[in-house]
Amino acid sequence: MCTYTTVKTTLHGSAKGPDSSWFHVTDGTVYFDHPVHAMAEHTLNIDFADPAKGPSARVAVELTAGSARDLIAAIQSALESAPAELTA
Amino acid sequence: MVPGHGGDEVEAYLASPSGDESRGGVVVIHHMPGYDRGTKEIARRFAELGYDAIVPNLYWREAPGAAPDDAAATARAQGGVPDERLVGDVGAAAEYLRARPSSNGKVGVIGYCSGGRQSVLAACNLDLDAAVDCYGAFVTGTPPDGFPLKLTNLVDQLPNLRCPLLGLFGKEDSYPSPEQVAELDEILTADGKPHEFHSYDDAGHAFFATDRPAYRPAAANDGWERIEVFFTTHLGG
Repeated sequence: MCTYTTVKTTLHGSAKGPDSSWFHVTDGTVYFDHPVHAMAEHTLNIDFADPAKGPSARVAVELTAGSARDLIAAIQSALESAPAELTA
Repeated sequence: MVPGHGGDEVEAYLASPSGDESRGGVVVIHHMPGYDRGTKEIARRFAELGYDAIVPNLYWREAPGAAPDDAAATARAQGGVPDERLVGDVGAAAEYLRARPSSNGKVGVIGYCSGGRQSVLAACNLDLDAAVDCYGAFVTGTPPDGFPLKLTNLVDQLPNLRCPLLGLFGKEDSYPSPEQVAELDEILTADGKPHEFHSYDDAGHAFFATDRPAYRPAAANDGWERIEVFFTTHLGG
C-alpha cells in the first residue's frame, strides 16, 4: 500500500551529508511508506532536510518498524540519562 | 523538456522504437517515489512493444534537476502533486505524443501506485483512448481523517470516465483493498463504463516493481500480457 501519510516537524540541528559535508537541519519529514533502498515493503522513513538549500540537502533514513521503535526508545533513554537542566 | 500544465515546461523521458511506422503512444505516470529508473524501464518496455512512451517528471517544479529520491521527498513534504496540475501535465504529454510524426493519433495512460489513481483521474478529464490503473489507492474509499496530502477519492468523477479502463490489483493489498476494487467495479458497471479488472492471488501492492520485495513475477507477467492485449486493442491501428 501507499500510505501517503506524511508528518512534518520543525527541527534545529545539523546533519552530515551529502558529499560528507555538514548542513543545518530545519525540517523533518516522517512517513511510513515504501522505501527507496531498504529491502522491506514498508519502512519508517525520516528526511532530515534544509529545503532552503535545495532538494539534495537531505539525509534520508529508512528503518523497519521494529528498528524505528528501538530508535525511539534509544533516543528517550539517552535524553533521560542526561541531567534535566541540559535537555530542557 | 516538454510542455506541461499551465504552459510550463517539464522534464520528460521519451522511449521510442526505431523506424517511422505509425504507432500509438503511452503516457507513463510515475509512482510516488518519483521519476526513477524503474519507471523509465517501464517506458522502454512500451517502446519495445511498439509504442512511443513518455514519462513526465511530475516533481520537476519542486525539484528541477534533483535526484529522483530527493525530488520525491521534496514533493512529498510540500503536499504532493495537485490533481489539476497532474491532469495538465498528462494532457500536454499526450498532445506531445500525438504531434509526433509517428503517431497514429491514439494515446493511452498507465500509472502505478499513486499513479494508478492519477491514471483514472486523467482518463476522467482528458481525451485519451485507454487507461490502466495498477493498484492505485483512493480511486474509491475515503482517505483517513487528518490526511496531510491534498487527496480525495474520484467517485464523483467516475461518471466522466472517457475511455476503457484496465485495472490490475493484488488481493493482499490494503490500499486499494479488494472491497475498494469491488466498489470501483460496481460503480463503473452501473455507469456502463467499459472496464476490465484482474486481481491476483499472492500479490499485494507494487507487484510489478522488479527491484522490490513486493515483486510477484507470476502476477506481473500476467499483468503485462493483459496490458499488451488491452493497448493493442485500443491503441493499435
